[in-house]
Amino acid sequence: MSTDAKRAPAPVPKRKEKGTPGDNGDTAPGKDLAATTPEIRRELLHSMLVQRRFEERCAEAYALGKIGGFCHLYIGQEAISTGVMSMIRPDDYVITAYRDHGQAIARGVSPRSVMAELFGRADGCSGGKGGSMHIFDAKTNFLGGHGIVGGHVPIAAGVGFAIKYRRGNQVCICFFGEAAVNIGAFHEALNLASLWDLPVIFIIENNRYGMGTSISRSTANEDVLIRAKGYRMDGESVDGQDVFAVRECMARAVERARKEKRPTLIEMRTYRFMGHSMSDAVSGTYRTKDELEENMKRDPILVLHNKIYESGELSEGEMSKIDDEAKAIAQDAWDFADASPEPPLEKLYTDVYADTSS
Amino acid sequence: MAVVTYRDALTQALREELQRDDTVFLMGEEVAQYNGAYKVSKGLLDEFGPMRIVDTPITELGFAGVGVGAAMVGLRPIVEFMTWNFALLAIDEVVNAAAKMLYMSGGQYKMPMVFRGPNGAALQLGAQHSQAWESWFAHIPGLKVCTPGTPADAKGLLKSAIRDDNPVVFLEGEMLYNTKGEVPDGEHIVPLGVADLKREGDHCSVITHGKMALVAMRVADDLAKEGINIDVVDLRTVRPIDVEAISRSVQKTNRAVVLEEGWEICGMGSQVVDFIQRECFDDLDAPVLRVHQEDVPMPYAKNLERAAKPDAGKTIAAIKKVMYLD
Repeated sequence: MSTDAKRAPAPVPKRKEKGTPGDNGDTAPGKDLAATTPEIRRELLHSMLVQRRFEERCAEAYALGKIGGFCHLYIGQEAISTGVMSMIRPDDYVITAYRDHGQAIARGVSPRSVMAELFGRADGCSGGKGGSMHIFDAKTNFLGGHGIVGGHVPIAAGVGFAIKYRRGNQVCICFFGEAAVNIGAFHEALNLASLWDLPVIFIIENNRYGMGTSISRSTANEDVLIRAKGYRMDGESVDGQDVFAVRECMARAVERARKEKRPTLIEMRTYRFMGHSMSDAVSGTYRTKDELEENMKRDPILVLHNKIYESGELSEGEMSKIDDEAKAIAQDAWDFADASPEPPLEKLYTDVYADTSS
Repeated sequence: MAVVTYRDALTQALREELQRDDTVFLMGEEVAQYNGAYKVSKGLLDEFGPMRIVDTPITELGFAGVGVGAAMVGLRPIVEFMTWNFALLAIDEVVNAAAKMLYMSGGQYKMPMVFRGPNGAALQLGAQHSQAWESWFAHIPGLKVCTPGTPADAKGLLKSAIRDDNPVVFLEGEMLYNTKGEVPDGEHIVPLGVADLKREGDHCSVITHGKMALVAMRVADDLAKEGINIDVVDLRTVRPIDVEAISRSVQKTNRAVVLEEGWEICGMGSQVVDFIQRECFDDLDAPVLRVHQEDVPMPYAKNLERAAKPDAGKTIAAIKKVMYLD
């Protein structure tokens, strides 16, 4: 791991910093805070901090060899997971790609079971058989962590198909990165979802890099949202660093899915503060340190923190307490995972096939 | 027992299972209004409606993935590929999604679904439309792979496949749809993973599956006239594979020919021969021979195509060779 990767992501500031991105004038508190209560805002901050502290511990565990394989951290994108999950119901479905720890935790998957999965232990949510890229949790309708770029996008359409088949009014949320919009599976899935009126919300987390390839080097038309039009689908582009913007946009998309049974394509503009995975440098090859630092000023946690601080509803001490809780949850997850046994060897052969009872 | 075509046997299986379980649905290109490219789904749209008999665009990767997603949340999709040659566009959903979902989710998400459609060479369809895919899918843990050769097996295996809680790759012989055979009346189920001894003899075993089972039976009937009696072991399902049935036969005959439609290298026959050398090493009186497609893409010209395909003549020659009769 490079020195860069070890650097702690932007800490929660002790006091409001003037001129921080996120206070860019279009965020009058009345508008942004309208749809939330102080309690909800506290929960949003808590959710984002838990993911942040969890992922920081993942980086540490990876360096110690407790986590192996590919490990893609979510740091910098937490407003998206938290904002989206805060707008859906427990009976809705979520499916995502391989940068999945934060989304799983935001969805309500136990941090203990996620960390145990990353450690490859028996108490992991997938029994230690999935790993970082394959977090699954049937209790929260978290349909995985999928490792093939774009491969899960048609699966989301299938979940939407099943909802329609049963005349349900759930929605299926499907996350993927902006690089997935160039793969055939994305186009086939969007066409089917629109053609068949499926209640799926496709969310492009545009962090501007598919691994080390910037969107300008990968995508003929960088306006990824234009692809919604190509499939006669409603589309929106939002600031993915602002959890309130994410929520407002989701409110519209969820209503469209539940009432009109129509899919939506949403671009959420964000930035990943760490490398693509734990194997690459945070900056220096495909992006500059300056660019990274500039974007880290728009840390989604900072953006939310500043808004709450401005409103005066939580004191600095109260916010520190939330962060302490988040750190304690991450520590508890680590301790739990560390104490969990390795999967028994006989598990090697289970779950290859399901027993068919019918 | 009624005599029905392989096609009608499949239609019966689909109809009966659609009636039995309303989570079962069929989707694919031309399956509804057109009544199926090979007419296997004829009449089903009228009976079950467009929500359960679903026409798709030409989008194999897309609708295979839709099947996977629907199966994840409890439906029982039957995904029809117009031919398995087109399914390569969807192989990510079959191999990376369907086959692995149960395992990588630690047993949380099962995949009760069937991918089905015609497989193997027909007549003069050229290189891209004339291929037998069973060894590709049989390679993958998590999948089951059926290759019925007769109408009775087609019906019984398809019903089992639809009821199975695992993803089943169901390879129908493209040349078999019009073939006829007796199908037991009433509920007819053939379990997955159980071979069928289609002919009995003690001079040599022919181990085969799918369309080649018909060739093997014809060979058996012809050779019987010469006083040569062979076992025809029709595997019917190539994953799981009935190793016991193979061993039982070879331990009796002490000689074996493995006949398949696909290519030689890493073909199903390679695996069968491996089982034979492990289970029957001391029983063998001759090296095991294989009959398969020549190691070339399928040519178009009639004479070349005929020369490329495995057939009765090549099978008889192999049998006589292992019996040291040539």
